Parts: sequence; structure tokens; C-alpha cells
Amino acid sequence: MYSYNEFDKAFLAERNAQFRAQVERRIDGSLTEDEFKPLRLMNGLYLQLHAYMLRVAIPYGTLNSAQMRQLALLAEKWDKGYGHFTTRQNIQYNWPALRDVPDMLDALAEVGLHAIQTSGNTIRNVTADHFAGAVADEIADPRPVAELIRQWSTDHPEFQFLGRKFKIAVTGAEHDRAVTRAHDIGLRMLSRDGQRGFEVIVGGGLGRTPMIGKVINDFLPEADLLPYLEAILQTYNLLGRRDNKYKARIKITVHENGIEKIRELTEARFAEIRPEFKGTDQDVLAEIRGMFSNPAFRNVPEDAFHTAYDADPVFRSWADTNLSEHKAPGYAIVSISLKAHGKTPGDATAEQMRVMADLAAQYAHDELRISHEQNVILPHVHKSDLPAIHARLREAGLATANIGLISDIIACPGMDYCALATARSIPIAQEIAVRFDELKLEHDIGHLQIKISGCINACGHHHVAHIGILGLDRAGVENYQITLGGDATETAAIGERAGPGFSADEIVPAVERLVYAYLDERESPEETFLQTYRRLGAEPFKAALYPEAKANAA
Amino acid sequence: MPRPFTPKVVTANDLLMGDVIYQTADNVWSRSIAEAEVLRDEDTANARLAFGSAQAGEVVGAYLADVKVGENGPQPVHFREDFRMTGPSNYFHGKQADLQASS
Repeated sequence: MYSYNEFDKAFLAERNAQFRAQVERRIDGSLTEDEFKPLRLMNGLYLQLHAYMLRVAIPYGTLNSAQMRQLALLAEKWDKGYGHFTTRQNIQYNWPALRDVPDMLDALAEVGLHAIQTSGNTIRNVTADHFAGAVADEIADPRPVAELIRQWSTDHPEFQFLGRKFKIAVTGAEHDRAVTRAHDIGLRMLSRDGQRGFEVIVGGGLGRTPMIGKVINDFLPEADLLPYLEAILQTYNLLGRRDNKYKARIKITVHENGIEKIRELTEARFAEIRPEFKGTDQDVLAEIRGMFSNPAFRNVPEDAFHTAYDADPVFRSWADTNLSEHKAPGYAIVSISLKAHGKTPGDATAEQMRVMADLAAQYAHDELRISHEQNVILPHVHKSDLPAIHARLREAGLATANIGLISDIIACPGMDYCALATARSIPIAQEIAVRFDELKLEHDIGHLQIKISGCINACGHHHVAHIGILGLDRAGVENYQITLGGDATETAAIGERAGPGFSADEIVPAVERLVYAYLDERESPEETFLQTYRRLGAEPFKAALYPEAKANAA
Repeated sequence: MPRPFTPKVVTANDLLMGDVIYQTADNVWSRSIAEAEVLRDEDTANARLAFGSAQAGEVVGAYLADVKVGENGPQPVHFREDFRMTGPSNYFHGKQADLQASS
């Protein structure tokens, strides 16, 4: 893992001191709210419906146990005892008081964490595959590259006032777990003729105008990365629209100008600036890479795992659902579900954070990951330790066996917290999870992703859900639209709107009808919802959603 | 004929705590919408909003919210204002807990 050097520490200390002074000047009246707002946003501080909200970056989703314990401390000392993990690998605190925020930032700095550029029209927290460094289908660990981008983009003077926010995701694996095609820039590591490079995808995004990104460069040599990113950002900074907030993201710039023109301008700019990069960036990258070496994997018997697997059905169910294959023999990747049925997706209490930190320290080479799916991952666990880990997770209410299933729902905070929301998300997620748990159907249903956003900005990724739910305000009443067939992976697709929306009372039964339609139509239990949808199209699902329309047509 | 005016209150967030506050007739900020001053015409509403907005050392983002006036004073019209008045629905936090604690 990356650990801060003296430069990083000094930079963060200075930045935090600046913000502390800015807060004081706001409170004593020297700064107006209009002056203060951009300053607080650059440091991750929002004002939401009920309180301030501090969004802390978890760069490329990686934490060590000391950092997780510090997140727990913040939750306990300055919040209401919990935190909310987000779809961009951040954690949000929903209840800080303004005067406490500088102390919170100083506490974060003690463990090498910050809230810089988690808001504002800047390059945001760089996200990555949450299984990075642990999976077999990986060209290389993407996190050193993500750390390089974090360092390059943090306080980059040219990119502090972009036309709009800018999100970058990196993956090193074949299977895309980082939603690279729905980011402003998505980077997929490739290897060609023994040389490492990237497929560079640009102009993806969700929000009110969802777009799948387009390939601007199908193989960018690794050493060209930063100048090429700068060239894209500079092209966007000049060409991107500033007349209309809703047309300011790079996806619109790409859409309106065409990928060919963007590529041409980027390549021309790249040719100009490439000579300025004389290799320091590559030296830094090499140094960062040295900090991300493999842990010392153990080679010991797995007997304890097999004994528990055969003897304990609860453990077996959890192991079948929440474990993923690891690249090292005898190891597994553990996904800890933050989606207990009826609980708030992505929330963890301070006590739960400490349990996960302890487990990471004791069994998982001191590493934790946060996924964009709002779960926590122990990336390197020897199978013989799984029974003990599972037992501890059970005690802490963290052993829900539902990863990738219908109750593993992504949900934004929605109108329970967010000032932008048009409807609630959390209660809908809670009700769906509880309903399918009651039906005892979710393991039979298999892999099915529901994602819920409480407004058109789509923080809940509903466009790329198998079943997406978008909460809107229709004449002063919450209304929920369904989209079908979205996909967040390497076969990314934007879901199709199914038809008229549903009231808060009608939405859970509507989802239930969809699921029963799938169970009726699937060719075998192996055929997933998305596969059935792709085979049959939307019609049988629309018929299930709107039985009245079918009856009227008959 | 002047178009009918929906009664309003001035509401904002507190600068230090960030929580929801309402302007009262005696120019203080209350945590309870029931104590808010009900504004029944547009000119008064705009004047009171300007007065509230000017208190930049205390409040952030003052605006006018529609209310209906019932037995217990003004109540929200829109569900967004219901949440602001109450707190989130997933935890017993925010106003609902604060008001219970103070009663």
C-alpha cells in the first residue's frame, strides 16, 4: 500500500490549516457563504438536507486497518456512530458540525486520508477495481497507476476549475468491476507484444444523459499516460461547454463534437506536451509500484475451511455467495456485505468498522477495500481462516450471504439526506431486500443487480443496473421509474426505460412481478436475469410490469 | 384578480450545525416549523426572506417554503419539507430525535 512521504504529509497539513482558517473566517463573517462554498466543496464539505456532510476519499478503494479504525473514530466522535460508503469508493459522514470539520480532517491526515477533491469541478477520487491485486485475470495491479493519477490530479492548478466534475476509473482486469465505461475517463490496462499500456475510454457517464464511453486510444503505452490525460483534460477544458451545467460534462463534449475530433485535438495537444514529460512521472510510478507488492502468501493446509464447509450450512451459504477466486493457491477474496436485509445499503457502524479492521489486521495482510457496490472486501484471506472470520462477522451483523444477489442493492442516500434528491432511495432498497428475504427466493433468483437513484444525477448507477430504479418527484409525490437491461461490466449497456413510473407503494410489487416473469421465462437456473432479458427483449417484462395494458390490448 | 398566494415560511440551515431552522415573527430562528412566522402575501414574504437571508453569520441558504396552516401552526406542503422537518426515515436521527430530547 502507498504510504505518505514527508511531502505528502506537509502538503496535507498545510491544506488542512488553510481550511481551518477558512472555516474561522466564515464563522467570524469575513467570508460570505458565496465565497466559502467553493472552498468547503474543494475539501469535501457539503450542506445537505439536515446537516453538513463530509465526503472522505478512499483512493482506489484501498484502506489499511489503521485507516479503517480512524474512520470508525470519526463516526463515533463527530458523527452519529456510523458512516456511509458510496458508489465512488468514498465514505460520507452525515452529521458533522462546521466547527468540528477541521479536526476531522486533521484526524484523517494522521492516517494518510483526506477529503480533497471529493466535490467541486475537479478531478475526483480515482476509483479502481476493488479486487485489484488479488484476481488472476489481471494484467497488473491498477492501484499504482491510480495513485499516480491521484498525486498528479491533487491540487493540479490547471484542473481546479473545470467546466464540471471529472471522474477517472482504472482496471487491470479482463472483467470490468470498476465501471470504466461509465466514467469521464476509463482506463483498462492491456499488454501488447510484451509492452504494458491502456485502452483509454472517454466520455462515459450516467446522470441525466447516460452515455457509454468511447475508445479514444486502443493502446496507449504506459509511459504516455499522464501527458495523454493532460491532453484530454486540456481539450475538454477548452472545448467543453460552460453555458449550460447540464451539457458541461465531457460525455456531451464527445457526443457533440464526435470522438474523431476529440481524438484529433487530443493527439495534437499530446504531441506538443509529451516532450515536457522527461520520465520523472515514471520514476514516481516505479516507486509507488514498489509499495504495492504482493503480500507474503502462506502455503498451509485448507482443512479448516473444508471441515466448516461440510458441517455448517450457514457458513456454506456464505462461502458460496461471498467468496471470489484469488490468484494465490489456498486464498480467497472475501466480500463483506453491507446490505443486511432491511438495513441501509453501504452503512457501517463504528463498531462494525473496527471489527472489519481487526479482521484485516489479523487475517488479511492488513488490507481492506471498498467497492463501488458499497460493500467491504478483505482481498487476501487464506481459506483456513474463513471459519473464524465468518464467526466474527456473524457476531457483528456482517455475515449476510447476498453478494451479487437481488438484496445486494446499490442505493444513493436519496431524499433521506441529499439536498439534490427528488425522492427517497433507502426505504425502497430496504423494502425490496426484506421482501425477497421473506420469499426465500434470492439464492434461486441468482445474480441480479438492482440499483436505485433518488434523482436524475444517478449516483445510484440505476442506468447500468439489471433492474434500475429512479426516484422522481411527480407533482409532489414520490414516483419510481424502472429501467431494464443495464450492465456495468465490460459488456456495459444503458438500461431501457420500461414505461410509466410507480408510486412508493407500487414499486416493490412491480419488482416482484419482474422477478417472477424472469423465473417463468428463464431457460435454466443458470440463465441470469440479464441473459434472459437479452434473449427475449423487454416485452415479457413490460407485460409483467403493466398487466392492465396487456388486458386492455387483448 | 391577484392569483391566490400559498402561505409560506422562511427556512434555512444553521451555519454552525447545518440543521433546519425557521424564522419566527420575533426575528429569531426556531428548530420547530410550528413556531415559524406564516407569511400570507408575496410582498411580506419577500421582505422577510430578504431579512432572513441578510443574517449570513447565522444561516445558510434561506428560502421560502410553502405551508398549510393547521391546528398546530404551519405544516409542510411538499414531502421534501416533511423530511427537513422530521429527519431521515432510515434512522431516528435529526429533528425527530432532537425535538423528542428537548420535550
